[in-house]
Amino acid sequence: MSSITLTVNRQRHTVDVDPTTPLLYVLSDDLGLRGPKFGCGLGQCGACTVLSGGRAIRSCVTPASAVAGAEITTLEGLGTVDRPHPIQKAFVQEEAAQCGFCLSGVILTAKALLDQNPKASDAEVRQAMSTVLCRCFTHVRMLRAIKRYRQEV
Amino acid sequence: MLVVTFGTASVVGAQGPFDTRPSHIDPQKLDSWVAIAADGKVTAYTGKAELGQGMFTAQTQLVAEELSVPVSSVTLVQCDTSVCPDQGTTSGSQSTPTNFNERNLAQAAATAREALATMAATRLGVSRDQLAIDGGAISIKGNDSRRVTYGELLAGKAFNLHIDPQAKRKPAGEWKVLGQPVPRLDMAAMIAGEFEFIHNVRVPGMLHGVVVRPPAPGATLTGIDESSIAGMSGIVKVVTRKNFVGVVAEKPWQARQAAAKLKVSWTQGTGLPSPRDFYDYLRKQPSRDAFIVNSKDVDEKLAKAAAVIKATYLHPYQMHGSMGTSCAVADVQGNKATVWSPTQSAYPTRSGVAMLLGLQPDSVRVVFVRGAGCYGINGADTVSYDAALLSQAVGKPVRVQLSRQDEMAWENYGFPYVIDQRVGIDGDGTIIVWDHEAWFASMGGRPGTSTPGNVVTGMLAGFSPAPFAPRAASDPTGRFNNGSNAAPSYVVGRVGTTAGGAGVVASERVLTHTSASPFFTGPLRSPSRLQNTFAHECVIDEVAARVKADPVAYRLRHVSDPRLKQVISEAARVAHWEARPSPKPGARRTGVVSGRGVACVVYEGDNGYVAIVAEVDVNTASGKVIAGRLFVAQDCGPVSNPDGMRNQLEGGALQGLSRALAEEVTWDDQKVTSIDWRTYHSMTLGDEMPAVESVLIDRHDVEATGAGETAITVVAAAVGNAIFDATGVRIRQVPFTSERVKAALAAR
Repeated sequence: MSSITLTVNRQRHTVDVDPTTPLLYVLSDDLGLRGPKFGCGLGQCGACTVLSGGRAIRSCVTPASAVAGAEITTLEGLGTVDRPHPIQKAFVQEEAAQCGFCLSGVILTAKALLDQNPKASDAEVRQAMSTVLCRCFTHVRMLRAIKRYRQEV
Repeated sequence: MLVVTFGTASVVGAQGPFDTRPSHIDPQKLDSWVAIAADGKVTAYTGKAELGQGMFTAQTQLVAEELSVPVSSVTLVQCDTSVCPDQGTTSGSQSTPTNFNERNLAQAAATAREALATMAATRLGVSRDQLAIDGGAISIKGNDSRRVTYGELLAGKAFNLHIDPQAKRKPAGEWKVLGQPVPRLDMAAMIAGEFEFIHNVRVPGMLHGVVVRPPAPGATLTGIDESSIAGMSGIVKVVTRKNFVGVVAEKPWQARQAAAKLKVSWTQGTGLPSPRDFYDYLRKQPSRDAFIVNSKDVDEKLAKAAAVIKATYLHPYQMHGSMGTSCAVADVQGNKATVWSPTQSAYPTRSGVAMLLGLQPDSVRVVFVRGAGCYGINGADTVSYDAALLSQAVGKPVRVQLSRQDEMAWENYGFPYVIDQRVGIDGDGTIIVWDHEAWFASMGGRPGTSTPGNVVTGMLAGFSPAPFAPRAASDPTGRFNNGSNAAPSYVVGRVGTTAGGAGVVASERVLTHTSASPFFTGPLRSPSRLQNTFAHECVIDEVAARVKADPVAYRLRHVSDPRLKQVISEAARVAHWEARPSPKPGARRTGVVSGRGVACVVYEGDNGYVAIVAEVDVNTASGKVIAGRLFVAQDCGPVSNPDGMRNQLEGGALQGLSRALAEEVTWDDQKVTSIDWRTYHSMTLGDEMPAVESVLIDRHDVEATGAGETAITVVAAAVGNAIFDATGVRIRQVPFTSERVKAALAAR
């Protein structure tokens, strides 16, 4: 076990865990966050996505010790039900979810891309989203929401 | 002291539709469904669960509508066996028919409204027909000052009434809340990351379990070397029960590491049929056979037909492949158990857990908490059993979330199918005889109240899947039952003296053979209906092409059902369908070529009407198929929430596309090899996805049907027909992967 300090959603937390513990486990179990989810544990589906210094990373295959000191943002760190982030608002406006389990991957991957490259083309959006799954196949609405956010930023 | 228990025998004897069984919540009593607090807030109780399909919002709208209160006044409690009525399983596109037509939740809310009106009439000293009801209050028409609220009428008391089957439902023409595109009530919380899924449930003192599954089907446990994890931190217990193995630890990462390191010995698996010739293998197995229809003149008509079009269609095992691996939390203390579960079957799971733990069903409480979308049956039931077994072994609450491999290698797959079609036409090119013969494989399925062995954990713990017995086919009796869409839409569907089909072809034979599957199977969104419809809707295209008829016109020529005709015509209209035979004249043999295809179905024979037009591009060099646009017309009776229905329709259509183009379970001689998203292919958010244009026919003069499985049923056929239209090549095997399409193009 070792003591690791993480900054998550602008709050500092010190946890005492096995340093190989994936970040997702710390976020879900030690910090009780609901946004990032265990989908595959293999970095293949996107459900565990968080932002680390603005980059979308897969928290299920990132050891917590590797992001000590970084600024981590989870889906709930973007905004709230009452004060959603503009990309969350775009998803609400498009009713762009069914079961909702994939949303961290979809929203945070798109946000990371568009924050870095606000004029990303449709092809660039597709490229970025090519490692993200939604098994309810809410694709049409989600891509509409992403484009709505792109127009606004 | 009064002790009420249900013995297993009486439970089985009392089973109703969808495995329902009596509970202490009496569905005849109004208070089982609706409660109104002194402040006027409404709480409604349902046995039908939100699975991502929008049912939570639609049911809330239903209660609000019948009670004339705002949606915001209604709190819906779903599938908690301590307070909700037993409505069996949320499945089969039955939640809307069950709760929105003339019984159950809808009738309860209508009964409550009329009971309140009766009370108000007495209180206000006028007759019922002089009352106006709105916003949770009842007033005298034209005199708003003489007004009493629901809260005042009931003063926090129960109704103490039975459901009144005569209580008048609100006609769709008067709806204010139902029928509106009310935004999903859970949407904002999901998008903000605040929504509580089963995966977020934390119970005080909770431990974490990880299961260790056998390496291959049929492998049995021979030993465990616990010293292999000696010294690892946080280990609480290694648990075994026959072939069930799990590790419980204080923290989830500890449990996962220990489960990976634990030395467990197993016998070799019992071996699997070769994937190379699996479809031939399917045809040769002992089978349980059934005629859906049999007009007894089929052989004679086929012999006399001007031409007979024959084709064989193949459909693989496919997965539910939930986005989240399944998760549950169980707390077993002595002879009491609580299970927080994403199961679609709260009451049946209660019985299954009770059997596994040796408890009475009434000592088990199942509380539904939402999981990831399941599309039929994912690992929700099995992981509930896992958590229950581990919790019982350690006497503390245990949370289990499956690994991706454990979810995928052991889930209950959608059925594989081989379908032979023989369709005879007369000299005018009209179909005069239809012969359909199908072979598919099945093992296990939904556990229901008494068969926990239908899913992997139950089997590992010593229960058998439902037994399989070969049986010769006998003639159908009763009424035409096309629940699996084994009969095409074009036959009359005659059983006895009545014809229940949607078509005009009188010589009809539909024979199905069910054999034992080497893998667990279960209902995967549109189970059997999709596979059968793929074969029906492709072969009618083959016949239309043979007689050089337009595929839309040719379908209409053989359909008698006006609602099916209408959806076909509507899909063609919005797609600007160009009437002509397939394949497209003058198609090039190189480069990217385009085509369009149509398909339709009366889902389950009576549970929704849908037609689709698919436009595709086929890259003749790579074999890659891209769907450009999908046009879907759907008639599911009165629409509760048009945006929710469109969301289901769009998701179904695109999930159907992924299943048509990409998805197939693979295995070797011992084990399943589709164990993650690299080895089981799902279309991603980055794949080129079609725009989906939908037409909803909102019909108020009929009962509501399901709408969650309609669109998905027709996609593979429409895409296959569009590939044929574009290339002149017919692909009769799903999925239409680039390799398969390329090979078929090379062979032409």
